[in-house]
Amino acid sequence: MSSVELQKITKRFKYVTALEDVSFMVHDREFFVLLGPTGAGKTSTLRIIAALLKQDSGSVLFDGEVVDGLTPADRDVAFVFQQYSLYPTMTVYDNLAFPLRSPLRKTPEDEIKTKVEHAAEILRISHLLDRKTAKLSGGEMQRVSIGRAIVREPRMFLMDEPLSNLDAKLRESLRVELQHMQKTQGNTTLFVTHDQIEALTMADRIGVLNEGRLIQVGTPVDIYDRPATTFVAQLVGTPRINLLPAGRENGTIHVDESLLQMPAPEGRTLPDKLLVGIRPEDISLNPTGQFNGTVVLTEPLGVETIVHVQSGERTLLSLAPGMIHLQRGADIRFNLLQDRLHFFDETGKRIA
Amino acid sequence: MSDFYEVGPAEPVVISTRVDKVSPKARREHNVRAAIVIAIAMFCLLPIFVMSMTAFKTRSDAVSAPPKLLFKPTLEGFVFLFTERALVPPARAQELLASDTTDLSLFERVALSSGQEITGPSDYVGRLKNSLIIAGVSTIFSVVLGFFAAYAFSRFDVPGKDDLMFFILSTRMLPAVVVTIPLFLMYRQFGLHDTYQGMILLYTVFNLSLAVWLLKGFIDEIPLEYEEAALVDGYSRIQAIFKIVLPQAMTGIAATVVFSLIFAWNEYAFALMLTSDKARTAPPTIATMLGRGGIEWSAIAAGSLGFLIPVAIVVFLLRDYLLRGVTFGAVRR
Repeated sequence: MSSVELQKITKRFKYVTALEDVSFMVHDREFFVLLGPTGAGKTSTLRIIAALLKQDSGSVLFDGEVVDGLTPADRDVAFVFQQYSLYPTMTVYDNLAFPLRSPLRKTPEDEIKTKVEHAAEILRISHLLDRKTAKLSGGEMQRVSIGRAIVREPRMFLMDEPLSNLDAKLRESLRVELQHMQKTQGNTTLFVTHDQIEALTMADRIGVLNEGRLIQVGTPVDIYDRPATTFVAQLVGTPRINLLPAGRENGTIHVDESLLQMPAPEGRTLPDKLLVGIRPEDISLNPTGQFNGTVVLTEPLGVETIVHVQSGERTLLSLAPGMIHLQRGADIRFNLLQDRLHFFDETGKRIA
Repeated sequence: MSDFYEVGPAEPVVISTRVDKVSPKARREHNVRAAIVIAIAMFCLLPIFVMSMTAFKTRSDAVSAPPKLLFKPTLEGFVFLFTERALVPPARAQELLASDTTDLSLFERVALSSGQEITGPSDYVGRLKNSLIIAGVSTIFSVVLGFFAAYAFSRFDVPGKDDLMFFILSTRMLPAVVVTIPLFLMYRQFGLHDTYQGMILLYTVFNLSLAVWLLKGFIDEIPLEYEEAALVDGYSRIQAIFKIVLPQAMTGIAATVVFSLIFAWNEYAFALMLTSDKARTAPPTIATMLGRGGIEWSAIAAGSLGFLIPVAIVVFLLRDYLLRGVTFGAVRR
């Protein structure tokens, strides 16, 4: 397995800039997730690494070596596409054997057989080997395309939203399997998704991409607990973070259009106008709480319940453990976990 | 058998492999539909039926009005088609037919009974061979060239793509007959008159526009991801085309082969003008088949029958791909 490094990659299409000065590094054996909304440039990044797309400027390095001049075949990466990646005219076996039969590798047929059967076993698709791919279900198809990636030992795996076309149950189980496989085999993996749950659950490190720019790179904990911008803060976490415009007067922060106020944390210089971010789980309902509000709506999810609490003109989302039932319009008291608040300036940048 | 067969199931079944499970109403409807299809097919096949009949008629039966449905079949038409003949005096003919000593072939007997003697083979077989070579080779050229051009137009950013595609189409806009005389002069000048090369070139160019447009449509339908997957899997673009695109484009290729072949096979006006003997194809040959004192309808019918067979064989061989083409776009992807 290899490491891959992107140096100042820029790619412009006719009307849009897909990537602007993107640099990051995926270490050997690392599971790196690129997270971002549709159109952020995630797929372009993968395609540039695989040489399916040529960057306008910047370089791609494998193990510290520039590979810009190499063809897709020579870069020796495995690509798992979102869809349409299985050859419809071939059986599952031939699909899996296809990369091994490449003129670059020239694997003898009996060795191909061993490798294909081994990969099929790992992915539990041995019983499908003789089928035509058109007759497979969505989950089976995606297993086969992952299988096609693991039959050979590529320098790295590039995965372009491989789970997003699957139903929720299947996505969950395949997510666990992928993670297990990556950890046991130690594959360098660059995984693209718009699903923050996939990113948080699987990644060693996450890179957040928006409108062609890399906004933050960090471990899931970094990204969740110390989001660099309001965009990142809103991208990860469900229910999403409460972002409240606020003003600072001396040592106190007043949330606009609400009765919420809190002491400004010591040792930090905050501007007069700012945005306060509060994760729903950091608002705890408590009969002796410091603040009061009214219940607007409850959404019981089983493990926890989302409570919409109105304070002044603002509605906050709060996450309470278990199933709780609250009357609409009931008064309620709650606390804020002061040391877990996030502060952003007016442009959305995190303040230290 | 129970009365279930007559009554049918409680709930009508529309399609079943078991005859006794299909409701009488559905069966009636099925029969009506089948009858309509058969009637249409009969109507369409009528000319071919008449042609086949005419091929086995005598000269007088072939032109009789109203057409004879019952007649004594003869091989006269085929004899006239395949041979050159000369008149023999009736007395001599009778004498030859009567004497069993001479070894007369079947064809010679048939010829003699209409008062003629076979002097040699006709040029029909040679002309059919010309047709096969010219139509076959030009079809291969136009489909192969068309495939690569269509691939390029479909996959690459060809500068001025739309204008070029329109230009390619525009070669079809002028009625062909208009350019026959300039073409005739040009071909004379370049020594292409009455040559295989000349006719192959002409039909290839003529079919190429159709091939490019047809095939581009089919290649556009094949998602790019398949080839990209193959590129990443360690194949070059050319290898990806042959291993991935080609098998998936077979429906389109089959359709293009049939269209191109039928055009080149049937083409009459250019063949008449631009060939005289060496490279003359079957259509002008058959149409101008004159016997003594008039048109030999039975020979023409026999010639047309033979002319049908090669195209029928090709379509038959490609039927699976063509049928898949009928449902193209209707399948879940």
